[in-house]
Amino acid sequence: MALTGLDIYKKLPQKNCGECGIPTCLAFAMKLAAGQAQLEACPYVSEETKTELSEASAPPIRLVTIGTGDKAIKIGEEAVLFRHEKTFYNQPGLAVLVDDGMSDAEIDGKLAQIKNSQFERVGQLLRADLVAVKSSSNDAGRFTELVKKAMGTEFPLVLITDNSEVMKAALLVCAQSKPLLCAANENNFEQMANLAKENNCPLVVAAKDLNALSELVEKITAQGVKDLVLDSGSRSIKDSLKDATFIRRAALKKKFKPLGYPIIAFPCEAYDDPYMEAVAAAVSIMKYAGVIVVKDLEPWRALPLYVLRQNIYTDPQKPMQIDEGIYPIGEPDENSPVLLTTNFSLTYFTVSGEVEASKVPCWICIMDVEGLSVLTAWAAGKFIPENIGPFMKRCGITDKVSHRKVSIPGYVAQISGELEDELPDWVVEVGPREAGDIPSYLKNWSN
Amino acid sequence: MAFQAPIDTYQGKIREVIMGGESNQITVGGEIAMPFHFFEGEMSRKPVIAMEVYDVAPDNWSSAVAKPFRDVLSDPVVWAKKCQDEFGADMICLRLVSTDPNGENRDPAEAAETVKAVLEAISVPLCVYGSGNIEKDGEVLKKVAEVTEGQRVILGPSQEDNYKPITAAAIGYKHNVSGLSPIDVNMAKQLNILMTQLGLEADRLVMDPSGAALGYGLEYVYSIMERLRLAALQQNDEMTQMPILCDFGREVWKAKEAKTEDEPSWGDPEKRGILWEFMTAASMLIAGGDVLVMRHPEAVKLTKKFIEELMS
Repeated sequence: MALTGLDIYKKLPQKNCGECGIPTCLAFAMKLAAGQAQLEACPYVSEETKTELSEASAPPIRLVTIGTGDKAIKIGEEAVLFRHEKTFYNQPGLAVLVDDGMSDAEIDGKLAQIKNSQFERVGQLLRADLVAVKSSSNDAGRFTELVKKAMGTEFPLVLITDNSEVMKAALLVCAQSKPLLCAANENNFEQMANLAKENNCPLVVAAKDLNALSELVEKITAQGVKDLVLDSGSRSIKDSLKDATFIRRAALKKKFKPLGYPIIAFPCEAYDDPYMEAVAAAVSIMKYAGVIVVKDLEPWRALPLYVLRQNIYTDPQKPMQIDEGIYPIGEPDENSPVLLTTNFSLTYFTVSGEVEASKVPCWICIMDVEGLSVLTAWAAGKFIPENIGPFMKRCGITDKVSHRKVSIPGYVAQISGELEDELPDWVVEVGPREAGDIPSYLKNWSN
Repeated sequence: MAFQAPIDTYQGKIREVIMGGESNQITVGGEIAMPFHFFEGEMSRKPVIAMEVYDVAPDNWSSAVAKPFRDVLSDPVVWAKKCQDEFGADMICLRLVSTDPNGENRDPAEAAETVKAVLEAISVPLCVYGSGNIEKDGEVLKKVAEVTEGQRVILGPSQEDNYKPITAAAIGYKHNVSGLSPIDVNMAKQLNILMTQLGLEADRLVMDPSGAALGYGLEYVYSIMERLRLAALQQNDEMTQMPILCDFGREVWKAKEAKTEDEPSWGDPEKRGILWEFMTAASMLIAGGDVLVMRHPEAVKLTKKFIEELMS
């Protein structure tokens, strides 16, 4: 069992020097126990104590890296059960499944798809992360050929076979790219653990339930393998939700070490219906998976999954922002309306959506207020005439339009007079309070 | 080290809200654990799906979502019946968009006639949402309450600035109310307090914490719902124990990813739109949604399958 704050405190220098950033050693010990501080922050702790305490200060869910280089992905090291408690840190990797029982054409199609299903959204690149390569042939030669082909995508790999000989053959060609080996089970774990150890690769541990899984993890860690990923055997949405919840709770709330690892989910094995498979993957994004293996990431399925992952892994403490600047909607010209609002991305999305729906081309001027919504930014003294005036001058809108009329959000109607003082060339018009009223406002707009 | 299932215990319970008249009642709520956590508390009531019907033909629906309703869009009565009979709607959510003063500005009595006609044609419970205009909704919903007396209709959206007339109408004519708050736990709670202080029984209330689509604020609503549910169950906070209504169908079909047809790199537009709504629905269910207001019949069908899959 993990050490308590008091146990840790006894081993600290107890100087209360505050150099770690926390005033007292006791408070620091409490933070270590909660996984909220790193022992390295203490300059005076002895090497001996460091080793002794490393287990207690280790994150309750281990960070596991799959792959190498730019495309390597990190999973695990999560700290909460609900994203509002802090945030979810490491996005789950989405893996597309290819199988050595598939035809060449099918394999090539899927490998091309994983490269092509890429989208840019709110300044982030959304894409798949891994190729899961499965041996259903149980033939080392065929599997190795497929692994070589999959390596061409440069994505990290998940190697799926229960046969340690087949795994071993594949590792001869790809071990240096640090694939995730999938999986060690009760029959093959000694060989699989050896392969993981020799090749320094992360390893999936698979069992039929959480009891068996915990026992197997302990056997494998005893062999010296540290980077593990868990498969509890559940496949349906309902059972996966239950097991993932138990694993996350056991790791975080009970500090139960055998389950302190990221989870792999297999919607691909549960659902033939493409919609259900996608939504099973969605539930795994919300509820705690680190790697999610799906049959397909055709764009119509990939885009919503990537966007959900982006949503759920957005830091709830930090508002989403977009860049300051002028955003043309439709094909606005020198006579088009000019709308002003803040750079909170939800504000921007809502406003731009309504402008688009109105079919009136517009210029939207987005001012940087550190991602706050209109009212909050105004209350915080950021979205005020003294700041808006200079913004309107520097953003370059004067070169885009020949008229001088700007519409401001209805919620800050009270600033219109003062803003006209700041912008003597401009007419400041109060627009609607709610974005939903923008279309009717624009219909009646004239410069 | 032996594994022991880390079961949570909860103090609170979600209230049960009965909807519909004598002969067609449905009850929602009653949860005693977090959503679909059957391993620590039963979930005796299934989440329900209310399909949207507009009282005037919408002119801005994308073709993917307008297509299944092509023949009924201009007749709310036939439209509602189709949702019930063909698409398996558990409820109908009738939106009185015609009453918007910035639009057709239909008067309350005329709008209420439509409500009455729809109610007579269907055998599933009804939810009636006004246009969202603060002042007008108060007048419209009062008239609606009157002509549907005793049918336990959900009247909404009741907001901070118009909850009084709407709540009074619900008390007078024995209906339920949906309280709309702007993605904020405390404001959702405050609205419940205000409405119950007027004398509305707490088990006639559902909470609408604002609708959001995947990619357009979903994560905010998702977390607000989880927080409301945790407050209700773990802290036994009575004023958060109302079932949650999720009004996201119309938000989904505003999203460009759901409705854009000329973006080949995004793949099949029809399937993409349906999945956009289905995935939003699944997220809302996982966060604690009890009543989902939805639009596309295929997304409704898939969501029902998802609920069955989880409840089986």
